[in-house]
Amino acid sequence: MKVQLTVNGEARADDVEPRLLLVHYLREVLGLRAANVGCDTTSCGACTVLLGGRSVKSCTVLAVQADGAQVTTAEGLATGGELHPVQAAFRQEHGLQCGFCTPGMVMAATGLLSENPHPTEAEVREGLEGNFCRCTGYHNIVRAVLAAAGQLDGEGALEQEVAQ
Amino acid sequence: MIPAPFDYVRATSAGHALELLTEHGDEAKLLAGGHSLLPMMKLRLAVPSVLIDIGSLDELAGIAVDGDDLVIGATTRHADVAASDLVRAEAPLLAWSAAQVGDPQIRHRGTIGGSLAHSDPAADLPMALTALGGSMELAGPNGPRTVAADDFSAGYFETAMEEDELLTAVRIPRRPGEPWGYQKFTRRANDWAIVGVATVAGRVALANMGARPLRATAVEEALAGGASVSDAAALAAEGTEPGEDIHADREYRQHLARVLTRRALEGRTG
Ligand SMILES: Cc1cc2nc3c(=O)[nH]c(=O)nc-3n(C[C@H](O)[C@H](O)[C@H](O)COP(=O)(O)OP(=O)(O)OC[C@H]3O[C@@H](n4cnc5c(N)ncnc54)[C@H](O)[C@@H]3O)c2cc1C
Ligand code: FES
Ligand code: FES
Repeated sequence: MKVQLTVNGEARADDVEPRLLLVHYLREVLGLRAANVGCDTTSCGACTVLLGGRSVKSCTVLAVQADGAQVTTAEGLATGGELHPVQAAFRQEHGLQCGFCTPGMVMAATGLLSENPHPTEAEVREGLEGNFCRCTGYHNIVRAVLAAAGQLDGEGALEQEVAQ
Repeated sequence: MIPAPFDYVRATSAGHALELLTEHGDEAKLLAGGHSLLPMMKLRLAVPSVLIDIGSLDELAGIAVDGDDLVIGATTRHADVAASDLVRAEAPLLAWSAAQVGDPQIRHRGTIGGSLAHSDPAADLPMALTALGGSMELAGPNGPRTVAADDFSAGYFETAMEEDELLTAVRIPRRPGEPWGYQKFTRRANDWAIVGVATVAGRVALANMGARPLRATAVEEALAGGASVSDAAALAAEGTEPGEDIHADREYRQHLARVLTRRALEGRTG
């Protein structure tokens, strides 16, 4: 069955089986391997991408359900060789160890900040409830998202928090 | 995990979805957000040969006031119910309930109609609709009909809907300013309630205390008779036969029902 969608700003048209999951379409048909398959049961969030600007778990979306939509993966965040502020903040704040959860975390955080540009620490923790990390203990991930929130509006939420 | 092969049809209208349901009979399943159906298909617990996608039908989505009721289209996503100023003002319990479902990604996909049609007794929205005294609007080959929330769930994953019927909307009495409470006991992030309690305006509903969302009628009657909150809450498990699983045995669930009912009646959320 034909699907036409926009992935990271590029128009794509492919013939897919209806049962093809969006994450497999991205990884195997398009070769975009940032979104990982962790649990395959809608729990861990490693497969998170943006669909129509909202974070979704691409292991639980059919490629055909994304027909006509805009999809953004972690590969699509950086512009002109510059890391996206959320990516840069994860690097700056050491928001990762093994990195397996990271593309999903970055996409969930990007979606969260687009809905709530000034989250509190509690809102960041709740907003990332659907993403599991087995390495970091979450602390630096939360710091990274708070730092990105400051960076995105040029104010430095993290510095303010630290100053208090 | 990959679902068994199926044909996929995107419905172009609610009427088209009904025609497709009649045409394909019990071979077909409606697909809304896919967040109950696709996990079941991946585990091959469900093997429909045709999926009729209603998830992007604008005509079935949206939130509006109709007289004394709030009407919410079946394919309205949990995130949109939770964020709606109208729902927060007119039925705050419902907005809160939608915000407790899973996690943000799940709420971006799952729909209110899908949750009700799926009829999991541990789920949030069926309990909320029961507490609120809502009703379901159905369309089918023999025309539309309305089923009260109390009569909608017929047990584990079963409803009063016929196979060729479509849930088009849910209807909820507007209850601005009425005291309400909501308790969802879980042990893991993005999980279903081990036991849940929702209460508004003297009505009390329980999740995961049986095969369907239950009204705690003994509690409601005690409250109506002037009993204190703690005396009334002590009756919350009366007549219940909750299931047992890795999280809780029957006695523990009954204990939770009593404690959580007291907290909910105190107007607490958690
Ligand atoms: C990891 C995970 C955690 C979750 N946690 C929770 C939780 O904490 N609380 C909770 O309440 N839920 C939870 N859910 C379930 C979630 O709420 C689902 O979104 C919901 O149960 C199904 O809605 P859907 O739109 O995705 O339905 P779908 O999966 O598309 O459909 C579900 C069923 O309903 C039928 N159906 C759908 N729409 C209609 C309609 N309009 N008319 C007739 N039949 C219809 C379908 O044919 C199918 O049988 C969780 C799900 C997952 C995967
Ligand atoms: S792989 Fe999709 S949520 Fe874990
Ligand atoms: S960095 Fe290893 S799982 Fe998160």
